[in-house]
Amino acid sequence: MRVPISWLREYVELPPEVTARDVARELIAAGLEVETIDELGADLTGPIVVGRVLAIEELTGFKKPIRHCQVDVGNPEPQSIVCGATNFAEGDLVVVILPGGELPGGFKIGARKTYGRMSEGMICSERELGLGDGHEGILVLPPAYGAEPGQDAVELLQMRDDVLDIAITPDRGYTASIRGVARETATAFSVPFRDPAAEPPPVQAEDSYPASVADPAACARYVLREVQGLDPAAASPIWMTRRLQKCGVRSISLAVDVTNYLMLELGQPLHAWDRGKLQGPIVVRRAESGERMETLDHVERSLDPEDILITDESGPVNIAGVMGGLTTEVDEKSTDIVIEAAHFSAESIARTARRHKLHSDSSYRFERGVDPELQRKAADAAVRLLAELGGARILPGETNLRAPVEPVTITIRADHPDKVAGMTYGRDTVVRRLRDVGCEVSGDDVLTVTPPSWRPDLRDPNDLAEEVIRLEGYENIPARAPRSVAGRGLTPGQRLRRRAGRALAAAGYAEVLAYPFVSESDGDALQLPADDPRRRALRLANPLTGDEPLLRTTLLPGLFRALARNVGRGFGDVALFEIGLVYRPKFTSSGEAVPPPPRLPVDRGPTAEELAAIEAALPDQPVRVGAVLAGEHDLPGWWGAGRPANWADAIEAARIVAGEAGVELEVAADQHAPWHPGRCAALRVGDVLIGHAGELHPRVIKAFDLPPRTCAVELELTRLEPWAARVVPAPAITTYPVATQDVALIVPESVPAAEVEAALRAGVDRHGAADLLESIRLFDLYTGEQAGEGNKSLAYTLRFRAADRTLTVEETTGARDAAVAEAADRVGAVLRGG
Amino acid sequence: MSAPNKSYDPVEVTALHPDEVARVRADALAAIDAASSLEELKQVRLAHAGDRSPLALANREIGALPPHAKADAGKRVGGARRDVSEALKRRQAELEDERDQRVLVEEAVDVTLPWDRATRGARHPLTTIAERMTDVFVSMGFEIVEGPEVEAEWFNFDALNFPPAHPAREMQDTFFVESEESGLVLRTHTSPVQIRALLGRELPVYVVCAGKTFRTDELDATHSPVFHQMEGLVVDEGITMADLRGAIGAFVTGMFGEGLRTRFRPYYFPFTEPSAEVDMECFVCRGASAEPGGEPCRTCRSEGWIELGGCGMVNPRVLVACGVDPERYSGWAFGLGVERTLMFRHGVEDMHDMVEGDVRFTRAFGMEI
Ligand SMILES: [Zn+2]
Repeated sequence: MRVPISWLREYVELPPEVTARDVARELIAAGLEVETIDELGADLTGPIVVGRVLAIEELTGFKKPIRHCQVDVGNPEPQSIVCGATNFAEGDLVVVILPGGELPGGFKIGARKTYGRMSEGMICSERELGLGDGHEGILVLPPAYGAEPGQDAVELLQMRDDVLDIAITPDRGYTASIRGVARETATAFSVPFRDPAAEPPPVQAEDSYPASVADPAACARYVLREVQGLDPAAASPIWMTRRLQKCGVRSISLAVDVTNYLMLELGQPLHAWDRGKLQGPIVVRRAESGERMETLDHVERSLDPEDILITDESGPVNIAGVMGGLTTEVDEKSTDIVIEAAHFSAESIARTARRHKLHSDSSYRFERGVDPELQRKAADAAVRLLAELGGARILPGETNLRAPVEPVTITIRADHPDKVAGMTYGRDTVVRRLRDVGCEVSGDDVLTVTPPSWRPDLRDPNDLAEEVIRLEGYENIPARAPRSVAGRGLTPGQRLRRRAGRALAAAGYAEVLAYPFVSESDGDALQLPADDPRRRALRLANPLTGDEPLLRTTLLPGLFRALARNVGRGFGDVALFEIGLVYRPKFTSSGEAVPPPPRLPVDRGPTAEELAAIEAALPDQPVRVGAVLAGEHDLPGWWGAGRPANWADAIEAARIVAGEAGVELEVAADQHAPWHPGRCAALRVGDVLIGHAGELHPRVIKAFDLPPRTCAVELELTRLEPWAARVVPAPAITTYPVATQDVALIVPESVPAAEVEAALRAGVDRHGAADLLESIRLFDLYTGEQAGEGNKSLAYTLRFRAADRTLTVEETTGARDAAVAEAADRVGAVLRGG
Repeated sequence: MSAPNKSYDPVEVTALHPDEVARVRADALAAIDAASSLEELKQVRLAHAGDRSPLALANREIGALPPHAKADAGKRVGGARRDVSEALKRRQAELEDERDQRVLVEEAVDVTLPWDRATRGARHPLTTIAERMTDVFVSMGFEIVEGPEVEAEWFNFDALNFPPAHPAREMQDTFFVESEESGLVLRTHTSPVQIRALLGRELPVYVVCAGKTFRTDELDATHSPVFHQMEGLVVDEGITMADLRGAIGAFVTGMFGEGLRTRFRPYYFPFTEPSAEVDMECFVCRGASAEPGGEPCRTCRSEGWIELGGCGMVNPRVLVACGVDPERYSGWAFGLGVERTLMFRHGVEDMHDMVEGDVRFTRAFGMEI
């Protein structure tokens, strides 16, 4: 809402020394969000005067038409001015800036020779004067302005004014008007306020244009007035067009300007019809299905049964409160006008505006709640202005349909604002402030409060408390030191997420936070099988970009894109991770999407069953951690060669994360997209699959434009949380000496190392020496001649130590032999050199 | 040479002669001093202190002396041997020292060589600043709560007193999960977690939440469709706006330092009533930039104040929707944007830096912020 200070002063007795800045500060303190102050005309310097074009000489021989004009600016001699515009004629009144003047942007005007003629000043356009940019060409003043050559144009056109731009919060619909802002300003400065809607017109016995309301819930107030004999040529007066312009509204015709002007002043949207185009009585009703109409913006709209319509015998003429139709529009020949002032259901208008994506100044106000006692006053003001400015005759009669509206009264303890604010105002202050906002107040300790008709937002005791507290000043609320409460700190899951992030960062991974929006083609790019559950993603109804409508079921595509971006920017040796949610839609056992959540009431708390029904409709949203790495893991340098990142680093990243949860991952070969089928590990804790790691499938690498041999890991962190809560038991540290046994085993190449190690452990266990085995470590892997064709040699160090004695050679060799025997048994291991 | 006792070996006797002992001692000490390496000193030790050295031989002769001469000769030879031994020890230490000095010099390396063998990792500054912000509340005894990002409309709007079709819903441009009737949205704020906390916990409730939120804004320098909020919620008996001011003051102190003022401006949120926007005094210029003639300040654009976030007293309608008795309980809520906080606290100029995952940006912030 743009609010010219000059208009505000008409209704608020502000002392002359109060500036726009002062007003803005007080309004902000009262809760009106003043975003900017436009100081119109602040950078204009006169002389800027009205001129009459006496003679025009068209100059030729230039690239564009040039005019040399003689202009009467009130001096005995006409002014010689060269002008590049052609939209004016001899006899027109224009605005001239004379030498010595200055236009916005520091543009100084002097007398100079141009196009071979002397030019002593300039004929101005609206844009050059900073009046607006609605029109191209020179500003030609309508005769209705009654301007005289030589008259000060700055004053005539009210070029100097300060305009506040106020962002209106949804609860303050009444401030979408000069009336509402003026009331707040008067209260803030404790000065008298003159209500432009104070005196409603006398009630008239007879009806005006016939109308009926079919659905009173849609329309609680419906007022029509009529005028005849409007002069279609009558122009809006300068004060009206300038105020409209300052508020950002374009002047169209007197009838339309009057409705817009009163909407800005009072907050009541009005509509004007050409009486001659209406056919029969008006009916306010909901649309029937299949109904259509063409609105003023030349869009043919199909209507929804919830839309409120204004109809006549021809069908819909307006989408009520939102936009008029083309068939009954006021045009340049209209002389008989019907004025409509109504009160429509805020919720209904909001839905209609949203449904048709049709947000007008009118719907904006209806959505936020229009004063239901304003309609008769606004319609009366409209017909009076049409009579006064357009020579129209006001017809007697007034159509005035009213549905009963339940009056709102709020009961509030007089000390309730004290209890909300944490300070003492006292009953008298509370009552005074409530009356300031227009409430009727009665009672002592308990107050009965009737909010004014223009404040539909005041419904609850806290709404009234806010009025008192804001008017008394938020800055006066004291600060009380926080209470000390007994918190239990972070949950194990929260700790795990932080620890996993720190551990991966310490291991060289940089965290990214990718958008969760993914493309439908990502499933193919990831080489996912057709029935892979990761292809069943939630879809957004209104994605930002059409090619990323899905919500991720895996973190990897986002990580791939971040990796590719870094590589593209010259960082090829890079490791990234992300911790975030994936979204897995739920399905019934028959594969149907689960039903939507119930819409619960809000006048009571939900039951356990109702909450469960909501939760059942929400997708699963587990926390995952993903990482990708490419290029060199260890960079080459003066110390020697580098080492490329490989599948083992990806598995190690998984181990790092699992280590933070205090568990060892069991690693097994797997074939799982998007990984390389021969270089992919499934990672488990017991029977629980935690995730996968390894090198990516070459086709995935190609599809996402990643460096060769890029590796990745993705784990479901949520599945590690149960272990993170575990209390780690301290190990017993024994100081008896260690006994080591090295064994080299030859096994077929296809045997996984994890199975060989498992066999060695089992052998020691079977020997009854599990307590003595401190560790098994693979220290060498050899394939070649000495291992034999198709074989490999795995060399392990077994470390034994007892808690209570020094082990004998017989004990340790016995355990080692048992281990080797078990390995021979399970995987056909042969002791090398044995 | 006198020969007092014929039964004694005259040669050996010569060896024990005081002059001879002195000479042998002097020879030994000179040789020790002259030894220029540990190897030479080893030879010297063998020659002058070894089993076949003159002093060792002389020592052996003492037994053959007549009793009256034994003590005298023993003292003389013993003294000489002690002197030689000490000289050897001293010289040994000197030479070892010299050797060590030399070796350490020879082993010197260029410690200015770079060791950039491993790439450096880092946590995202939005993660770490959100942790830091929540931890200020955790230190006041609050607990961290969480909720889903795909949320039921009832949690995201209805229970928070956004009536259906109310313009307040339009303030938050919402991503809907298909279809529009699904009743599911990407949460537009972290406030649904307030509802979850009130429904899921015993009263009183002192909780803080930080997480991802979503609105249909195109990515530009100051907007992102995916962003983060942090918010605190208290519901207890006798909670007032004074408590809210106190808690926000404590948060500002914890995040930005001592002595910064805050101010409230009336505002509107459906889920709080009364509602306010909070500004804090600029922690860089402390308001000086807004004074006449003050140095310009980039952090607050010379306004002296920084817009921090929104807050208010929990709307009793929200308490009712959560089954909490608003006659007995009241509360406050306070929320702010994590991206915005990172931007003004660290001078981040462009939202793109936070969403693109460029390692140069992330690495600059390290592990904590
Ligand atoms: Zn500053």
